[in-house]
Amino acid sequence: MVCFNMYIFNRNGVCLHYSEWSRPKNVKDGAGTLVDDAKMMFGLLFSLKNVCTAIDPTREVKRPLGAPTPHGEGCSFRSFTTDCYKLHYLDSPSGIKIVLNTSKDVGSLEKQMWVIYSSLYCEYIVKNPLYTVGEPFECEQFVQKLNKFVATLG
Amino acid sequence: MLLSLYIVNKSGGLIYHRDFSSLAKLDTNDTLRLGSIWHSLHAISSQLSPVPGCKGIELLQAETFDLHNFQTPTGIKFFAVAECNSQGVDRFLKRVYGLYADYVLKNPFYELDMPIRCELFDLQLTSEVTLTMNA
Repeated sequence: MVCFNMYIFNRNGVCLHYSEWSRPKNVKDGAGTLVDDAKMMFGLLFSLKNVCTAIDPTREVKRPLGAPTPHGEGCSFRSFTTDCYKLHYLDSPSGIKIVLNTSKDVGSLEKQMWVIYSSLYCEYIVKNPLYTVGEPFECEQFVQKLNKFVATLG
Repeated sequence: MLLSLYIVNKSGGLIYHRDFSSLAKLDTNDTLRLGSIWHSLHAISSQLSPVPGCKGIELLQAETFDLHNFQTPTGIKFFAVAECNSQGVDRFLKRVYGLYADYVLKNPFYELDMPIRCELFDLQLTSEVTLTMNA
């Protein structure tokens, strides 16, 4: 398994963190810049969640497509698979969204995503007294631990 | 279990939609919009790919359903909503593509990229769905 990259967004769509391990296709051939890339990724997640909420077969009364849903309500998605890569998605109760792109030969990484959230993000970022919530971060300790953790995945 | 089937033409217009269960029933306007939105999300997912040559989403795993997508080389998308971990949906979509080629494209009254109104296609699709559901 190859891990390509990881994004962390807050609930307002600000990209708090971006890590990259391998990216055979340059950002320039996609969205253009990393900032645009992150915006586009958040847009994709946001719309996919709206689509999932509208389709959700377990709801008797459907929400109209695109109707505003309070955070934590509606139906979210766990992952999607394309012919080249697999995107794993975690939407935490506080609205922090973690996105991990890997090669498609993996099963569900839901547990591992929660580990990234609870033992890496919460431990090293949220508990850091110098960190202002909602600001992008570049914490060395977090990055080190994350690299180590991702290495154990593959 | 299959819940619904959508066919979207190469420019993102919904040309066919059918629900196989009352659970999947959506507002008509929403189905049209869903087809177009799916078309764009599919395109964005291939643009955001970290690997070159990506063609777009094939399977979306949501909390309460799976969405399987099959795109033909000509750009028509067949996608089906099914219950989580349903088997044989990809094969079903390919069979529907076969039915589309046989009963829609070979219909002399059918205009390309227009909504599909072919009785034979409907009938064949119904039997294909029964086959998949009972498999």
